[in-house]
Amino acid sequence: METQQTSKHSDAAKQPDPMLVRPLQIHRIIKELGDTFSLILQPQDDDADFPFQPGQFNMLYVYGVGEVPISISGDPARRETLVHTTREVGTVTRAMRKLKVGDSLGVRGPYGKGWPVDKAENQDIVLLTGGIGLAPLRPMIHYLLTRREKYGRIVLLYGARTPEDILYRKDLEKWRSRFDLEMHLTVDHATGAWRGNVGVVTSLVSRSPFDPQNCIAMVCGPEIMMRFAVMELQKRGVADDRIYISMERNMKCGIGLCGHCQLGPTFVCKDGPVYCYVDIKDIFTKREM
Amino acid sequence: MTEITLPDKDVVVLERKNFQGLLDALSDSGYELLGPIVRDSAIVYERIHAVDELPVGWVDVCEPGKYRLVKEKKKTLFGCTIGSQSWRRFLHPPTSKLWEATRDGNGFKVIQPEPDQVKRALIGVRSCDLAALAIHDKILSQGQYIDHSYQERRRNLFVVAVNCVRPGGTCFCASMKTGPKATSGFDLALTEMYVSNRHYFIVEPGSKAGKKLVDKLPVRQPKESEIKAAQKELNKAASGMTRTIDSEHIGKLLNEKFDDPHWEAIAERCLACGNCTMVCPTCFCTNVEDSTDLTGQHAQRQRWWDSCFTVDYSYIHGGSIRTSVTSRYRQWMMHKLVYWQEQFGMSGCVGCGRCITWCPVGIDITEEARQLTVKE
Amino acid sequence: MRDLEQTLREHPFLEGLDAEHIKLLVGCASNVVFKEGDFVFREGLEANVFYFIRHGRVLIETHVPQKGPIMIRSREAGEILGWSWLVRPYRWHFDARAAELTRAIALDGKCLREKCEEDHDLGYEVMKRFAVIIAELLEATRLQLLDVYGNSTNK
Repeated sequence: METQQTSKHSDAAKQPDPMLVRPLQIHRIIKELGDTFSLILQPQDDDADFPFQPGQFNMLYVYGVGEVPISISGDPARRETLVHTTREVGTVTRAMRKLKVGDSLGVRGPYGKGWPVDKAENQDIVLLTGGIGLAPLRPMIHYLLTRREKYGRIVLLYGARTPEDILYRKDLEKWRSRFDLEMHLTVDHATGAWRGNVGVVTSLVSRSPFDPQNCIAMVCGPEIMMRFAVMELQKRGVADDRIYISMERNMKCGIGLCGHCQLGPTFVCKDGPVYCYVDIKDIFTKREM
Repeated sequence: MTEITLPDKDVVVLERKNFQGLLDALSDSGYELLGPIVRDSAIVYERIHAVDELPVGWVDVCEPGKYRLVKEKKKTLFGCTIGSQSWRRFLHPPTSKLWEATRDGNGFKVIQPEPDQVKRALIGVRSCDLAALAIHDKILSQGQYIDHSYQERRRNLFVVAVNCVRPGGTCFCASMKTGPKATSGFDLALTEMYVSNRHYFIVEPGSKAGKKLVDKLPVRQPKESEIKAAQKELNKAASGMTRTIDSEHIGKLLNEKFDDPHWEAIAERCLACGNCTMVCPTCFCTNVEDSTDLTGQHAQRQRWWDSCFTVDYSYIHGGSIRTSVTSRYRQWMMHKLVYWQEQFGMSGCVGCGRCITWCPVGIDITEEARQLTVKE
Repeated sequence: MRDLEQTLREHPFLEGLDAEHIKLLVGCASNVVFKEGDFVFREGLEANVFYFIRHGRVLIETHVPQKGPIMIRSREAGEILGWSWLVRPYRWHFDARAAELTRAIALDGKCLREKCEEDHDLGYEVMKRFAVIIAELLEATRLQLLDVYGNSTNK
């Protein structure tokens, strides 16, 4: 029996094959930390427009090596380039680090659900992040600062392993000098000249100035750090439907067809990576879910 | 259980001696015929041309972890219920090339594969497998993103369904409400009748294409007694299934059992071999591998079936999410019976029983579901 | 002295404590100032005090031979510093040093220990409050030990 094409589906039928990658040229490479780097991509032709929602990701393909999901970490207002920050943790990201300016990277995306930009309007914003978790939140910070008047207080709480592991130092310095964004940095361990906070990022929650009844918290970091973060936010009186977290799972297709990224009844690639905590609270702490 | 009936219109009778005519008519219309054959003592689906390639006179005996073919005196064409493989291999192949790329200066160019134009006719699809086909249609061709290769192959399909007049030993389609009679998703549905040495097929067209094909065949109107006899056989098959899953409540009941110790008991027997996922007609998980040739000038992305029973399946940098067999069996079963419902609004299990038959240690999903949800 | 009493009464740490007990605490309290780099306390010495930090930041550190001081925790304005005065053998386990000009109220722990012995109601209130601090520190330490961000510096 032949498949019936309804009008809704025939639109989708005309869509370009979502499995195909688009080659984009590496325009610039920024060495961020020892094993962390940013790639700034531009197309070879003039057709440069990459709209995305803060929190979304792209599938990045290294020629002949493989493909991995990487969050978009640039300014969403600058649609002519794509910025990705990643750590060298596996075969593909290792190969990615060896690429040079002028080389090409295959791109598919943007995919997934991003941060709740609309729901956050008129609310205090708590950005709670650790390690490279700052990368998926950076577009959100840019987004908020571009529309600063639409939001209440903005509090950025960022934790790194050591002072040497602090990502996007230049951005952080710029943001720290603003009067309309309150920033607290902390490191898990420090030696030498560090005179700032020492301790886990979650302990910053209790002493940060925001209204727990009228805030949206956006949390991004290692899963275990996010579990502690949620508990701290709850302790502070933030309701579950005001907490958003960004999840990570194995992804092969990025579009809900390969099955790998399932988290309970959800697909991280299309129902996430950003979830409202209230929607996954029953599965968030389940082992080996 | 609701009474199974055949429609009063359009139903015709095709005598066994004219069955080759059905195959020929499809071949003449440009279809590649795919049907059950016996290979290595099991039913597999392969390219066929003639009626005598079908498993004439064979019957399958299925039990948990056990499968035998037995020759019977009755020379039925579709005495065997379902093969170890499912039909998904023709629409969602075990391995396929998604695309190729060639070097182009510092960059590369992506070359889209040629669309698959082959017209395929599936001969002998059971109602459970039709339900599975509808599930894959929904997942792979009706969501936000479409699997183009699936859609291309699906577009040119002709489905000849066969209603089950004998349930297989591990079947439970009646309780999953997917059988034993095909109700939709076919071009033709056959009910094979073998009574008092008369051998014929009740043919029910399910589409315009099906009707068109019937017009080319030497068919006749059925007698009322023939319809009644067929209906009786179908109802007997429905009530003959010993296995059941409470398909209405299983999702809710099982969802509360995530931390139940019984999962550990299953895992003690489960070999995590992934057989159940390979024979399951609704499993759709895939992995991809990128590679280049020796010159590095040509690259390709190959896709193949994956299984949630492998440790790598849930690997993210640093380690896998589901390292224990317990968690992997649980993921598979919860996905089929619980999560699928939320994801796609339907059950991920069609009650074909393949996972029971082909499990090397005979784990029975219906029995495990019962154990997990039985009230203390 | 008035300012001291006021500050203690309004401090969230002492919320719910009755006036009589706050008065007792004030009797053990004094204002202190540490310049940047000053040690607030030193490992191994007797612990007979704890602090309400009013301004500034104190780094708790431990000295590792060949590596120098490693900072393991900071305490900020609004937080309580020091609980070794409460548990035998009443000795500091780490060094504490002012990261910047730091003002604090010092509470005489020895004096408070005696008062808690005499008045178990006060003792219970004090213990209840320090139990929260110790539990929070323990939880934070566990998370710290998990080293969740992985090692990126040495690659």
